[in-house]
Amino acid sequence: MRNEELQNKARQLRQTIFKVICEGQGGHIAGCMSVVEILTVLYHRILRVDPTKPEDPDRDRFILSKGHASVAWYAILAQKGFIDEEELATYGQGGTRLGGHPDKLKLPGVEASTGALGHGLAFGMGMAVAGKMDGKDYHTYVLVGDGECQEGSVWEAAMFAPQHKLDNLTVIIDYNKLQALDRLDKIVGLEPLVEKWESFGWEVHEVNGHDVAELAETLSEIPYVVNKPSLIVAHTIKGKGISFMENVPIWHYRLPNDEEMKVACEQLQIEFK
Amino acid sequence: MRNAFVEALYDIAGKDQRVVTLVGDNGAIVFDRYRESYPERFINCGIAEANMIGVAAGMAACGKIPFTYTIANFLTQRAFEQIRNDICLQKMNVKLVGIGVGFVYSDLGPTHHGTEDIALMRALPGMTIISPADPVEAQKATWTAAELEGPVYLRLATSRTPRIYDDDYEFEFGRGVVLREGGDVTIISTGNILHEVIKAAEQLKREGISIRLVNIHTIKPLDEEIILESAQKTRAVLTVEEHTIAGGLGSAVAEVILEGQNEAIQFQRMGLPGAFAQGYGSYDEMKEMNGLGWQDICSQAKRLYEKKLQLV
Repeated sequence: MRNEELQNKARQLRQTIFKVICEGQGGHIAGCMSVVEILTVLYHRILRVDPTKPEDPDRDRFILSKGHASVAWYAILAQKGFIDEEELATYGQGGTRLGGHPDKLKLPGVEASTGALGHGLAFGMGMAVAGKMDGKDYHTYVLVGDGECQEGSVWEAAMFAPQHKLDNLTVIIDYNKLQALDRLDKIVGLEPLVEKWESFGWEVHEVNGHDVAELAETLSEIPYVVNKPSLIVAHTIKGKGISFMENVPIWHYRLPNDEEMKVACEQLQIEFK
Repeated sequence: MRNAFVEALYDIAGKDQRVVTLVGDNGAIVFDRYRESYPERFINCGIAEANMIGVAAGMAACGKIPFTYTIANFLTQRAFEQIRNDICLQKMNVKLVGIGVGFVYSDLGPTHHGTEDIALMRALPGMTIISPADPVEAQKATWTAAELEGPVYLRLATSRTPRIYDDDYEFEFGRGVVLREGGDVTIISTGNILHEVIKAAEQLKREGISIRLVNIHTIKPLDEEIILESAQKTRAVLTVEEHTIAGGLGSAVAEVILEGQNEAIQFQRMGLPGAFAQGYGSYDEMKEMNGLGWQDICSQAKRLYEKKLQLV
């Protein structure tokens, strides 16, 4: 898929996320918006996955460790064909398979039931270790939040992966610099983030997390170094695409009112209803 | 008990290539033979229990059968959220092996005691709990754990556990074992402390009180039938565990009796009464210091028996 097409897909993903969250009466909207391009490039260019064979033992694995961005995951899984687009409308309704956090036991393509922050990396690492043990070719990608990196378990994993030379593992950090209540640097800052991971033994690249060309290029270079795990610091904007949400902490989990919905729909080029 | 587990694990690993062993920087020497034979299926994850459990869960998601081994306390408590969310919630086939349950690490102090693990693991949906009383039981429990589909917590003492069973003992998963038939008082127990209970039962017999002695090696799923049967037969039930009385075996038994029985039962839990195990010393000294010696068990059983007689 060419970069222009990827951009189209990203635009559509943003629209879908917005619609689903509004119709579903709420979601972690801003944190979904910051990972749109990352998910788009992964699923439409990079991941060797087949929606008709979700259990294929040789498939690439992707784990959304920041599980609260579940709606973004559902939307991309629908785009890719793991679930039907129609099912997205059930989000927020009783009996839905699409919970506030993703459910591995219910949904094809969901590799781990995340939501408890700090768990996805170790889980993904286990998959990478199994892959090495079995001499398999698959790659495991784990998308973590920046606030999530405040969890100690992330750093336990950060020490483990280089030790075990997991060059079949890539972490992508959604570095949108905000968490639930405030900016990270007002709470527990991560800087110098790149140097931290490098000092732990990871090979780190930084990109603009909303530029599909940059993302595509860096992801295609993985693994960056043989015998080292790879890490992408993706500089993103929480709430990207909706001006009044961008970089505003309150949009971590919030439902837009009618006025706000109207403005957002204009900006995202959706018909307002 | 621990050596019996390791030997069983060695045989199991030989038969099933999916078995992998993860340790939290313990098991020096004990795993040497295993590591020599299956070096690619052994990972020392270091002093990082939460990470070890997460990695085990991810490996199980790819079809492996991970055995994670470390001190019971650190395993079940440090990594409790991982056990809950990575293993139980997602039904990952991981076998958790906790050593040093109770206060068998008798001179190391409470930071190394496994005295709340039953209470914690019991609360988790989908978790199986097996608590062997001797090396024979431990060996058979290990095979059972490997064969079961789904999360299992196997709680072990250490080495130097005396034997109760013969080699031909038939371990039945989920079924309690009546070690002594008796009609006056039932004592239900699990794990290492069973040795003290047996001594107590023999003393009580000499004093004319016949004890029905039940070993519950499978704490979850619990053999409700044998508990209710014992309660009905004796009308006096004492539980003994090297564990807090809050939420452990005693609580589990009480739940069954109260929900399943209509008639009055004299009931008492023995264990750690809401305090960490006190002191340092030999294992026998620790039992005495913490009210879990066979004489203490005798007193409690007699007290229960007298209460029962008063009611009649």
